[in-house]
Amino acid sequence: MGSLKHADAHSSSDAGFLATRVDELVNWGRKNSLWPMPLGLSCCGIELMAMIGPKFDISRFGAEAARFSPRQCDLMIVAGTLTWKMAEAARTIYDQMPDPKWVIAMGVCSSSGGMYDSYSVVQGVDMILPVDLYVPGCPPRPDAVIDAILKLQKKIERESPIKNLMAGTVVGEYDEGTQRFVRAPNQAVPTTSSHEVLAPGEYEKR
Amino acid sequence: MSTIERIQAGLEGVTFKVVPSREGMTTIEVSITDAKETIRRLRDACGFETNTFVTAVDRHPREPRYELAWQFLSYRHNDRVRVHAAVRGDAPAAPTIIDLFPGAAYSERECFDMFGIVFEGHAGLKRLLMPEDYDHFPLRKDFPHQGIEPDRLYREWDRRRRERSPIAEESES
Repeated sequence: MGSLKHADAHSSSDAGFLATRVDELVNWGRKNSLWPMPLGLSCCGIELMAMIGPKFDISRFGAEAARFSPRQCDLMIVAGTLTWKMAEAARTIYDQMPDPKWVIAMGVCSSSGGMYDSYSVVQGVDMILPVDLYVPGCPPRPDAVIDAILKLQKKIERESPIKNLMAGTVVGEYDEGTQRFVRAPNQAVPTTSSHEVLAPGEYEKR
Repeated sequence: MSTIERIQAGLEGVTFKVVPSREGMTTIEVSITDAKETIRRLRDACGFETNTFVTAVDRHPREPRYELAWQFLSYRHNDRVRVHAAVRGDAPAAPTIIDLFPGAAYSERECFDMFGIVFEGHAGLKRLLMPEDYDHFPLRKDFPHQGIEPDRLYREWDRRRRERSPIAEESES
């Protein structure tokens, strides 16, 4: 297990003046040109399309350039129900996106499994991906996702890429040994074969 | 000639029972041993030339546990019929109908995948949706609704992926 360090530009005193200025410039560029990877998996994808379209128009916030190649994206919007069969593809797409990258879980299905309390659906994409922002709703209105993008821009402002580069700090929530996100999986999902099998009437009693 | 008269004429000599259905569709109940012959007669003598689906209902803990259902459509008479047959739970088995309706092959595979009912005579009877070496049948009533190891294939894929990864090798050394 690699050690995980979080750098914070505003609290540390040894950050050089140049580094913090350049950080601001880099963050300004990053936050205003988020290129989303629209992973539209179900009905949330419709709201995502509305958000990109002229009425809600996320080009006002610099995030309208949806690219269908993960190599050109830095914001993954998981819009819809992620099944376990699709999980491999979603993780592959995430891995193919170049750093720096962020993830928005759009809708309750991708946030927590939603109403699909089922054996076929991933109970929250944070089981397989590091998620930055969760947007509730079924599906959420485009305004809610635009709000999430604005919040993500605030989050990007607090990052300090150049300072970390100069200090050699490992930023991010990666486990170096496993290359996996280290957040604990959703405890509601049984992942072992020793899961208790009950008689039909017993489930209602619990 | 009404649906039921046509079916009664076509199924001369086969024991069957007309059962009421909630949505008003003509539904007949036969024993599982007579099911193949019934379906053959429905196709040849009654004009039901299309199989809509093959599926089952789990009546656990009642015995016989499964209720197999075939639905057929007649384009000529603009008519539908459903055939029910009870299947025992200890070794669920049913005759295949893919020699009569080749299109039922996938329905039967799905039924096998979800309920574990073996369709005897089906040459390619293997899992359709679940992993091929999975031991459980998700639509059985005693299957937990959150599943048993639902993420197993993903975990296996993830392990292989990490084994291939040069970064993982670097950090291990």
